[in-house]
Amino acid sequence: MHGNPTIVARDPLLKVENLVVEYPIGARTVHAVSDVSLEIARGETLGLVGESGCGKSTLGRAVLQLRRAKSGRVLFDGADLTALQGDALRKMRHRVQLIFQDPIASLNPRRRIGDIIAEPLVIAGVKDAKKRRELVCETLSAVGLDPALVVGRLPHEFSGGQCQRICIARALVLNPEFIICDEPVSALDVSIRAQILNLLEEMKQRFALTLLFIAHDLAVVKAVSDRVAVMYLGRLCEVGPSAQLFDKPAHPYTALLIEAIPVPDPDVRPAESVAVGEPPSPMAPPSGCRFRTRCPRADAKCAAEVPELRPVASGQYVACHHPLI
Amino acid sequence: MSGPALLTIEDVVVELPTPRGNLRAVDHVDLSLGAGRTLGIVGESGCGKTMLSRAILQLLPKKAKLSGRVIFDGQDLVRLNAEALRRLRARGIAVVFQDPMTSLNPVLTIGTQLVETLQEHLELDAAAARRRSAELLAAVGIPAPEQRLSQYPHQLSGGMRQRVAIAIALSCEPKLLIADEPTTALDVTIQAQILDLLAREQRRRHMAMILITHDLGVVAGRADEVAVMYAGRVVERAPTPALFKNMHMPYTAALLAAIPKIEAAPHTPLAAIPGRPPDQTRPLKGCSFAPRCRNVGDQCLRSKPALTTAETEGHCYACFHPLKISAGVSA
Ligand SMILES: Nc1ncnc2c1ncn2[C@@H]1O[C@H](COP(=O)(O)OP(=O)(O)OP(=O)(O)O)[C@@H](O)[C@H]1O
Ligand SMILES: Nc1ncnc2c1ncn2[C@@H]1O[C@H](COP(=O)(O)OP(=O)(O)OP(=O)(O)O)[C@@H](O)[C@H]1O
Ligand code: SF4
Ligand code: SF4
Ligand SMILES: [Mg+2]
Ligand SMILES: [Mg+2]
Repeated sequence: MHGNPTIVARDPLLKVENLVVEYPIGARTVHAVSDVSLEIARGETLGLVGESGCGKSTLGRAVLQLRRAKSGRVLFDGADLTALQGDALRKMRHRVQLIFQDPIASLNPRRRIGDIIAEPLVIAGVKDAKKRRELVCETLSAVGLDPALVVGRLPHEFSGGQCQRICIARALVLNPEFIICDEPVSALDVSIRAQILNLLEEMKQRFALTLLFIAHDLAVVKAVSDRVAVMYLGRLCEVGPSAQLFDKPAHPYTALLIEAIPVPDPDVRPAESVAVGEPPSPMAPPSGCRFRTRCPRADAKCAAEVPELRPVASGQYVACHHPLI
Repeated sequence: MSGPALLTIEDVVVELPTPRGNLRAVDHVDLSLGAGRTLGIVGESGCGKTMLSRAILQLLPKKAKLSGRVIFDGQDLVRLNAEALRRLRARGIAVVFQDPMTSLNPVLTIGTQLVETLQEHLELDAAAARRRSAELLAAVGIPAPEQRLSQYPHQLSGGMRQRVAIAIALSCEPKLLIADEPTTALDVTIQAQILDLLAREQRRRHMAMILITHDLGVVAGRADEVAVMYAGRVVERAPTPALFKNMHMPYTAALLAAIPKIEAAPHTPLAAIPGRPPDQTRPLKGCSFAPRCRNVGDQCLRSKPALTTAETEGHCYACFHPLKISAGVSA
């Protein structure tokens, strides 16, 4: 069976089908991504949220084939990346880029910014040095940095926010179609965070990008996403249009994540202990619904049967036996 | 603030030598905090929140220069000797850091660390200390506390480790707890649990707390008073409701506006603050927020605005062109 044929994005650029990714640890297995299916339409931003360790980065890395899946398929523009090897895979990778959480650590400290941004061009075989310089300068200007002041300097001379701009420039320089942003603003201050989120939105328009935007902060995800997918302990809980999902969450875990967001208003008293317990170990996930050890609605059925993702409202899908709507 | 202060900070300056010259991390800060109250300290990375809390704890880097007075429970800590300070830190002031691993010893079990702290400071015998340790772990919401005592920090999740660090901090019944970004490294659901835990223990123990964060959302529902720091200085200070009703500093308002709002429609552009904080080894002549401020005027570039009292009790701000003070609002 192929996944959930119902979650169809119009004109999908990326299709993930029944993806399973595991890490063996000694004799045990980390079930990092379990049977995840989703689609991202051309020009769309899909936000992916969930707690630390739920498998967001693993999913992103498996899409890029940086970690090979145990089973399942990753179709990018119709081609199955899981079946590609060597040159064919490298060519495809130029069209897909990755931006990481820690901007400073993801830049080589001994290389000058100009060379760091030119590197993808060199790897992609752009032989003309003048052409490379032109592209580097164009891209740096696009992300709001002055090429003349930046190309000759080293990463440590820049703040976290500036380093993230540099990382975005490096991801854009090959003119990719699809970018996976893995927690691009988690390490940044509120003020700089807003600058970078605005920049990503602007770049998305300007370069007609499709984005997978990974974060654990729901408010951040909502600010930039057309649709949001919520993940818990390796499985998808809920997928839907951002505004709708925040307005009427169907999955108890989505509701809990929304309630836990601190509201900058002293008249809104934080709800006491909306969230009980911690996620169980991904080495021994609970039977049935993986959220059941923390779910106020859990019953015997939740322990016995894995809930399948099914539609609850227009464009909204939930994997829960007793959804909120 | 009513009643005598538990903690009063007067004119505290912390300077750190750096290769680029002297860095003024804390610049003439005055604050006070009553017993059982919570003060939130908010500001961007590098504004001096941690250095200020380390100045209170007398735990500054060796090369740091501290001046001013830190009066806790009637004693000036700046003038105490090492032994008196050690006792005070054990019984009077405790601290919880952002990364629980900075306060936990990775090679000792949770039990050993708790028992040792309790025996040293409360003079309990081994059996009583072990019993008390299990009680403390239960109090901070750790299931099966007896078993946890024999585990090492790396065997626990980040949230559990932070609970253990809180248990150790609470073990000596401090009068003041300094929580320096205690939840920044944690997930939202765990963040809410830890903040609830701190609030509950604080009420139960009538303990004062300094809650340091860069998120105005975290202090809004949890602090009695908020101090906003920028480039080493306190630039606005007020009882929490007054601050949110009537922000005077353009910086405070900008910090609040930059937070993505959950009720905003997707793709609403965010109100980013342009630029970034100044280099504190090169202090500006005027207001340090001037290069990023929308309300900037000539005077802002020429001289530093002093912390002035607003019309509402306990509300101060440092700005020549404060935001419109809305009529008829009183906190
Ligand atoms: N290389 C690895 N070897 C073994 N286990 C791994 C490896 N990488 C990740 N894991 C485990 O797989 C699970 C999913 O990890 P992943 O990094 O994908 O989560 P995440 O959602 O990105 O978390 P975070 O928000 O902390 O970045 C976790 O339990 C993690 O410990
Ligand atoms: N050991 C040190 N030596 C020299 N300068 C330091 C040292 N530690 C911190 N600083 C500087 O002192 C200033 C204040 O730092 P502090 O750590 O107090 O900021 P903070 O507000 O706690 O920031 P964050 O939110 O990132 O924790 C910063 O400019 C920082 O670079
Ligand atoms: S399936 Fe059951 S346990 Fe899982 S989220 Fe729904 S109600 Fe809760
Ligand atoms: S003093 Fe001037 S520059 Fe500083 S915050 Fe006020 S208006 Fe802005
Ligand atoms: Mg990750
Ligand atoms: Mg700090």
